[in-house]
Amino acid sequence: MRTLWHVIVKELLQLRRDHKMLPLIFVAPVLQIVAFGYAVNTEVRDVPMVLVDQDRSPGSRDLVDRFVSSGYFTLVATEDTPRAIDPWLVSGRGHVALVIGPGYGAAREGGPQAGVQMIADGSDSSAATQALGYAAAIVNAADQERVRERVRLALAGGDVTPPGRIQLVPRVYYNADLKSRWFYVPAVLAMILMIMTMLLSAMAVVREKEIGTLEQLMVTPVAPWQLLVGKLAPFAAIGTLQVFLVTGVTTLWFGVPLRGSFLLLLGITQLFLLNTLGLGLLVSTLVRNQQQAMMAAAFLVMIPMIYLSGLIFPIENMPRVIQTVTYAIPLRYYSNVIRGIFLKGAGMETLWRESIVLALMGTGLLAIASLRFRKRLD
Amino acid sequence: MAAAVELRDLTKRFGDFVAVGGITLDVQAGEIFGFLGANGAGKSTTIRMMCGLLRPSGGSARVLGIDVAKDPEGVKRSIGYMSQRFSLYEDLTAQQNIRFFGGVYGLHGPEAREREQWAIEMTGLRGQEHRLTRELPGGWRQKLALACAVLHRPRVVFLDEPTSGVDPLSRRRFWALIDEMAASGVTVFVTTHYLDEAEYCHRLALIHAGRLAALGGVAELKQVFAGHAVLEVECPHPADALDTLSDAAWAREVAIFGTRLHVVVEDAERGAQQVQEALAATGNTPAQVARIVPSLEDVFIHHVEEAEAQKAAAARR
Ligand SMILES: Nc1ncnc2c1ncn2[C@@H]1O[C@H](COP(=O)(O)OP(=O)(O)OP(=O)(O)O)[C@@H](O)[C@H]1O
Ligand SMILES: [Mg+2]
Repeated sequence: MRTLWHVIVKELLQLRRDHKMLPLIFVAPVLQIVAFGYAVNTEVRDVPMVLVDQDRSPGSRDLVDRFVSSGYFTLVATEDTPRAIDPWLVSGRGHVALVIGPGYGAAREGGPQAGVQMIADGSDSSAATQALGYAAAIVNAADQERVRERVRLALAGGDVTPPGRIQLVPRVYYNADLKSRWFYVPAVLAMILMIMTMLLSAMAVVREKEIGTLEQLMVTPVAPWQLLVGKLAPFAAIGTLQVFLVTGVTTLWFGVPLRGSFLLLLGITQLFLLNTLGLGLLVSTLVRNQQQAMMAAAFLVMIPMIYLSGLIFPIENMPRVIQTVTYAIPLRYYSNVIRGIFLKGAGMETLWRESIVLALMGTGLLAIASLRFRKRLD
Repeated sequence: MAAAVELRDLTKRFGDFVAVGGITLDVQAGEIFGFLGANGAGKSTTIRMMCGLLRPSGGSARVLGIDVAKDPEGVKRSIGYMSQRFSLYEDLTAQQNIRFFGGVYGLHGPEAREREQWAIEMTGLRGQEHRLTRELPGGWRQKLALACAVLHRPRVVFLDEPTSGVDPLSRRRFWALIDEMAASGVTVFVTTHYLDEAEYCHRLALIHAGRLAALGGVAELKQVFAGHAVLEVECPHPADALDTLSDAAWAREVAIFGTRLHVVVEDAERGAQQVQEALAATGNTPAQVARIVPSLEDVFIHHVEEAEAQKAAAARR
């Protein structure tokens, strides 16, 4: 126990001495989360729109008003014919065009079918899809009001024409406005934690290998587990501090709600850290120098893990085989935990499965890493 | 009394390459034992096997009666080791290094404090103990590394080129420390490729290409020249002279030492005359030919050449 303590003290002294590392450990997460918080704002707002109103009726003017007042669209130009739209889209000054065909107003009043067309620049497909979605919602809302109006009129007049139609209204839970920031910012916590603790632990052993002190340590009676735990414990502490820091920025700066228990978050974070520290250590035992450790940790472990964790790309959209692979990714479980606790207020009753998986994988990884670490040079 | 270190046919192979090829020797308790060899001779590999860091490919090594292959951790507990590379934490202070190594060697309480004071005294670092290790001059750093390696009072100490890259004065002080340790009963096994340092050792092993070329005390080793004389030759073109004399049957060994030549002959006077004549005939008249007391370097070269000749003979067969 005393030996373990000596190793921890030594690691802390070295960390404190490293004037470049310390700020990096605490400033980098804040910078990253702020940058990410603003950058990943995938909400589409103020889409520049070109209008071609061939109807020019009170009904069409009402529809245009609805578009503009929604906040999702900004009117940049009004043209007379659909053919005049192209230059706007090509130049990028307009991203979408709204074409209201002749007879729209009349159709709202019960006339024959009339078309409203939305043309979108598909080069940014996700933005275009979102814009089309908003447009459809606006048009439908206008349409619905018309139906309701007619039903009311019909009832008043005793005329029993059946009401127009029933519409599916999608409702999104938890992140009701589909605020991408809410969805992404807590996930940054998972990435920061993984990157920091894994890099630190990947460097930890290989650094001593490189400077030659490891050979000296190997002839002392220190047990491998004392050395490894002593080296990793400070990093687990750093990771825990980062949870406080990042949670603070996430909730206070970005206003993301923390609906679940912070203590539970801290607890399951410890289980996740077993995984990142274990993986880092494993990398450390497989490489010869710090550069290799960096490269291996970044390109063989972290980047694939981020891609496959569902943090950025939804797992549901992946091919079956790849979906199966994601079950082996600790980050997948931890990102579930984070989003669950932050956005849904999830507790242990729903997160127990993730917790067990993280605990098992973490101890497994640490065990493999320490078995690979021998007090021998060959 | 049992030997502190017993090597029996100790061998280490890396793949097909034989780094240490069957070394047998004993080191007595309290002895300063020098392990001499050129770069790549296998010194560090041998030391690492004795410290339990490398598993021998063949033969055995016992340190204080413990077999390193069977109980490497047992060996580690009773030895001190200073590796060839400087291996303290340069980003810690001298005192922090002493405390850390004391800690991992299991020292605590009054004993830890006492050893810390001892280490600071012994290295002469009093007043400097809070300086970062990387800022200390080379000689001090080596002494600090030695102190850290022996904090736990090991009975056998392995030092791998402890004085490489250290100025001559610091080297002398370092050897004084080694002498003190040996006087207190500690066995010191030290490698070096400075031949002048070998004079500090009680006994020496010369190793060449992983094999033992010679073993004995300094005086004993110089005995190989009994009945022979070593001549030092100064001439305008030493390289040409080497060719000329190597062909002469009466010159038993010829080697270049800096700008001079050492020639081993049977009789000093007759040999000197022969050298004069042979070189004059090629227009390379020597300025001086003098008999010298053979140095350890002569001994070393003698053994290396002998080992090479044996290897060549074995290859021919
Ligand atoms: N792990 C290894 N794998 C393969 N070859 C090795 C290994 N370690 C050492 N060698 C080789 O074994 C030989 C002996 O090396 P060793 O380090 O023991 O020499 P040395 O006598 O200590 O030399 P130096 O004076 O340079 O320290 C060298 O040729 C070296 O290249
Ligand atoms: Mg060596």
